Amino acid sequence: MVTTRPSVQDVWSWLADVPDPEIPVISLVDLGIIRNVTWQGDTLEVTVTPTYSGCPATSVINFEIDAALRGHGIENLSLKRQIAPPWTTDWLSDAGKTKLEAYGISPPNPAGGPQHCPHCKSSAVEKISQFGSTPCKAQWRCTECLEPFDYFKCI
Amino acid sequence: MSVIGLIRMGDNALVLGQRLSEWCGHAPALEEDIALANIALDLIGQTQLWLGLAAMRDGSGQTADTLAYTRDAWDFRNLLLVEQPNRDFGVTMMRQFLFDSWHFEALSALTTHADTDISAIAQKSLKEVTYHRERSTDTVIALGDGTDESRVRMQSALDRLWPYMGEMFTQDADDLTDMTLLRTAFDAHVMPALDTATLTPPDSTFAHQGGKNGTRHSEHLGHMLAVMQSLPRSYPDATW
Repeated sequence: MVTTRPSVQDVWSWLADVPDPEIPVISLVDLGIIRNVTWQGDTLEVTVTPTYSGCPATSVINFEIDAALRGHGIENLSLKRQIAPPWTTDWLSDAGKTKLEAYGISPPNPAGGPQHCPHCKSSAVEKISQFGSTPCKAQWRCTECLEPFDYFKCI
Repeated sequence: MSVIGLIRMGDNALVLGQRLSEWCGHAPALEEDIALANIALDLIGQTQLWLGLAAMRDGSGQTADTLAYTRDAWDFRNLLLVEQPNRDFGVTMMRQFLFDSWHFEALSALTTHADTDISAIAQKSLKEVTYHRERSTDTVIALGDGTDESRVRMQSALDRLWPYMGEMFTQDADDLTDMTLLRTAFDAHVMPALDTATLTPPDSTFAHQGGKNGTRHSEHLGHMLAVMQSLPRSYPDATW
């Protein structure tokens, strides 16, 4: 019998097309939460790490991965949760950071706050709240163009 | 290995997460409402990790959900501090500040625990708790060194909660790390922050005890659990 097992590279490229359910402008691969893709015999094993331990998107993400890979003909799929090492925004891809900014979400910055307003690029920004509409974001505003915006928390 | 140490970590996160959830839709400002709900969410997520591990190690067919929803008050192993009622926003934030400051040190110690499941949960939780501590510290300072009214309320919150602090540093064989060793680092964070907040720590070392060993919970826990557990106890087969 000829095996038609897709390559791991193909699987990665399929996952790169699966959008994050809460921030659909970036993919699950951009977000850095897919930690490993490997074949264990006839079963494809995908290792996923949660962003925040209570993030309600986690179960939706698993569902999206499952649906996408089954759509590509994967029949035996196992999703593995891995919490160590813990997810960090360092794993967000450069492409993902660029897409976030273009979408109006300021990307994480190790200096501790947004580099500039994602709309007008002014560096005159101030924090409204340490938390925002999802566990991964905080609320900031630009004192130049006066627009509020989301900042992707750096952890 | 006794799973009581794991249950203690999980119950602290669960009970405080439930308490903070009570603010949802009631906080003094929209941003505070969102912040408290987000912190509650982190804590409930951490609960699933701790109680999930406890259930797995226990091996008697429990799950994180059955531990959370079918135990009675006397089987809970959380600190008395976290079951104290929300009262006003000042009491809620002071409780959060004292707990976050302890939680940060406890998790920091557990990141190097020999049991890799425990150290993994600690590393994950510590990132979230670092953020919680930053916020509750800033808020206690802003309200303590704020208006006359906010200062009075924060001092009264500190006086009220002070006797619940000592239990965090008590130690027995079930604890995952030596809790007595956390006090120095805790004080090094808490005392300067209280000073900046213009608040005065009460001159007393009296400590209420009985939460983490389950011998004497306050009357508040049972009321909280009655609300939290009502649905799964009334409809044991309910699923989402």
